[in-house]
Amino acid sequence: MAESLISIRAVTKTFKLGDQEVRALRGVDMEIPKGAYVSIMGPSGSGKSTLFNMIGGLDLPTSGDVVVEGCRLRDLDSDQLAWFRCHKIGFIFQSFNLVQTMTAQENVAIARTFAGCSYAESMHDAAEVLKRVGLDHRLKHLPSQVSGGQQQRIAIARALVNKPLIILADEPTGNLDLKTGQDIIDLLNEMKQAYGVTIVTATHDMKMVSASDLLARIRDGAIDELLGKDQMNVTIGTIDGESVA
Amino acid sequence: MRSVVTVTCVVLALAFLAYMLVLADITQALVELNDSKLNILLSERGVDIFAATQMDAMTLLLIGLALLTCTVGVANSMLMSVTERVREIGTLKCLGAQDRFIIQSYLVESTLQGLFGAAVGVLLGCAVAVAASSATYPGYVLSSFPTAVVLRSLLASMAVGLFIAVAASIWPAAAAARRRPVDALRVEE
Repeated sequence: MAESLISIRAVTKTFKLGDQEVRALRGVDMEIPKGAYVSIMGPSGSGKSTLFNMIGGLDLPTSGDVVVEGCRLRDLDSDQLAWFRCHKIGFIFQSFNLVQTMTAQENVAIARTFAGCSYAESMHDAAEVLKRVGLDHRLKHLPSQVSGGQQQRIAIARALVNKPLIILADEPTGNLDLKTGQDIIDLLNEMKQAYGVTIVTATHDMKMVSASDLLARIRDGAIDELLGKDQMNVTIGTIDGESVA
Repeated sequence: MRSVVTVTCVVLALAFLAYMLVLADITQALVELNDSKLNILLSERGVDIFAATQMDAMTLLLIGLALLTCTVGVANSMLMSVTERVREIGTLKCLGAQDRFIIQSYLVESTLQGLFGAAVGVLLGCAVAVAASSATYPGYVLSSFPTAVVLRSLLASMAVGLFIAVAASIWPAAAAARRRPVDALRVEE
């Protein structure tokens, strides 16, 4: 396996809910190689989102470390984390999270301005990326004026505009119908080739899993099973049976 | 929609402030004319023609209360606007926005609202004060209009309005910016 881009080392996370302690993650170890397409599967409440937040520098582990490109996220202050998220990570959300009052182009451009680009540069780059995701005819539309699939395309363009290392996609097809979901998966794969990004997704969608190089199944805050592409085909049948139920 | 509430708040409080200040300026100018007929008219209206200034403690208290209400109103509407946009703020932070950017964008918004609201309020208050005093002391006000003093009062009111709009929004903006994106994104809309 190629050298790893993201190292997750003995990560635990404990939340306090009132006087109850909830152990969301109990010792996760995982290595994600550069350029991989990783799917993380697990029932809701299994710690998927928590693990996501750790990789994206949105939350710190209670113990253990997340290391991205040799950099311990624990050592960064809040401005450095903002810089890290801006340049290294592209987020894609289940509910798209576009700014409703801004056009498609502005939604993408704002992420670019956080990287220090001028307004004109940002708008130019935004138009370029939107063209790559097939939305060059929707630049001036508001999110509410386009379909769900197109909104997710805007979000993908926004995630890519700063040429990040990693795309973190939390159930990107969760709010989309099957056909549109498949289009989004294809697009992500295409962008992975074009931009050389590493993609980490959380998903229930078997189609997304079959597109991925690595599948991690999480249960009760720990990795239950870690499968490479070649091992996956064998097990998909059983996973399918379990996850659909 | 929120901004209408904020602006209205500032307009009303500033109109009141400007009205009081300008009225005091005009009355003082009339007192200084020391015209015997006018002095009788002024005394009938309860003006103390021997006082050095026409601002008494009661007036100051009323102005203070109006400004305080305005500050609370602006802070409240800012807080609402921030709460409505929690998810948006969280998303922007995920995209790499620094806390500074969030605070700045709210301050720009409230500065514009403050400037606009204060300008409208001040002009409104000034117009009403001039109209009211002209009606009470016909023939005297425009001939001895204390332009310089009134202008100073208007500028001072503008400054107060702007200050209130900005000061009242700093805390809500900072609170919103400091929220961790994880918590902000978890909020359901």
